[in-house]
Amino acid sequence: MRRNDAMNAIEVKGLCKSYKDFSIDNVSFYLPSGSIMGLVGENGAGKSTTIKLIMNAVKRDSGEITVLGTDNISKEFHLTKEDIGIVLDEAYFPEVITARNVNSIMKNTYKNWDASKFYGYLSTFKLPEKKVFKEFSRGMKMKLAIAVALSHAPKLLILDEATSGLDPIIRDEILDIFNDFTRDETHSVLMSSHIVSDLEKICDYVGFIHEGKMMFFEEKDRLLEEYALIKTTKAEFDQINSGAVKGKKITEYGVEALVERKALPKELVTEHLCLEDIILFLAKGGNR
Amino acid sequence: MDIVISNSSPLPIYEQVQSQIKNAIVSGELKEGDGLPSIRTLAKDLRISVITTKRAYDELEKAGYIYTVAAKGCYVAQKNLSLIREENLTKIEEHMRSIIAIAPSCGLTQEKIIEMFRVIYEEK
Repeated sequence: MRRNDAMNAIEVKGLCKSYKDFSIDNVSFYLPSGSIMGLVGENGAGKSTTIKLIMNAVKRDSGEITVLGTDNISKEFHLTKEDIGIVLDEAYFPEVITARNVNSIMKNTYKNWDASKFYGYLSTFKLPEKKVFKEFSRGMKMKLAIAVALSHAPKLLILDEATSGLDPIIRDEILDIFNDFTRDETHSVLMSSHIVSDLEKICDYVGFIHEGKMMFFEEKDRLLEEYALIKTTKAEFDQINSGAVKGKKITEYGVEALVERKALPKELVTEHLCLEDIILFLAKGGNR
Repeated sequence: MDIVISNSSPLPIYEQVQSQIKNAIVSGELKEGDGLPSIRTLAKDLRISVITTKRAYDELEKAGYIYTVAAKGCYVAQKNLSLIREENLTKIEEHMRSIIAIAPSCGLTQEKIIEMFRVIYEEK
């Protein structure tokens, strides 16, 4: 059974993979159809490995992975790949080919390749049809890769660091494309990035990978609601139930801490909190 | 209808959406039977999470401001005057409570507060 438009575009359960010096340890998450999930984590945390495991480009040791309703180690998975658009951090096209050549190649690669859609994206992205690839700027290369990923009618987009190294304006344009892509509720996006502000802008769900472990997987707005950032005096800080403190930074002049909002007295003023604060505090554990 | 999402607001995003739609209904900008944008459209237009938008709609539906027609969308419900009245009464009570909380710091007695209120009320 191939086309089972399951509720979840991706399901990962108890995923493990060991290397000599690194391992993915019991990672679980799911990406509900129609949503965008961001995978955050520092360099080497396991984001790209997880993505490779999802595509079965790397074989897992144990655990389960289902993509668009198909087990990714089943024989049918190569058919599912038609429905996946993938963009890696570097666009690898031969140096001398043009966007037009890319069209001819992809036409023979993907069954659902839509040339008019591809040319449509070229004009939206203001990409030249006849320029050779080696003369493209980094932003243009990335946009070309994204145009390719979107032009074979994918249901799922997987992007590994696709927006890193691009300027804020292009990044914002690309985020808009992903936002529009998910106007269709059968479309989903999984993107990894260490630009947390990008993920904060468009993600519905956020997973934070740290040293091969999933530190949290949560609905983004819930995270921002659940936690609060406070700056206060040592004396006031000691009044707060220590079980509710998720991370703290103590200086000579006061305390900065990430705490569960519900544990705070109502009159205490909280600072503006962004996803980056949550990740920094949680990554450093008790002390920052 | 204007919906402005502020990131520096202390209110969670779903509450911001919910209260602004509610205000549009109470003020009459949205009328009974008017269709609301679909959850997904509104979320994508505002660039906020679909889950959050759904939560705002769910809360509005629970409070009786809107209703859902399966496979069609959400519509503004018949305006329930007693509901709005109830809500405004709660608001007034809240304001009164905060007056009572601040008053002792200026040594105001109950009589003085009532007198102040009368003076201000008559000015209007």
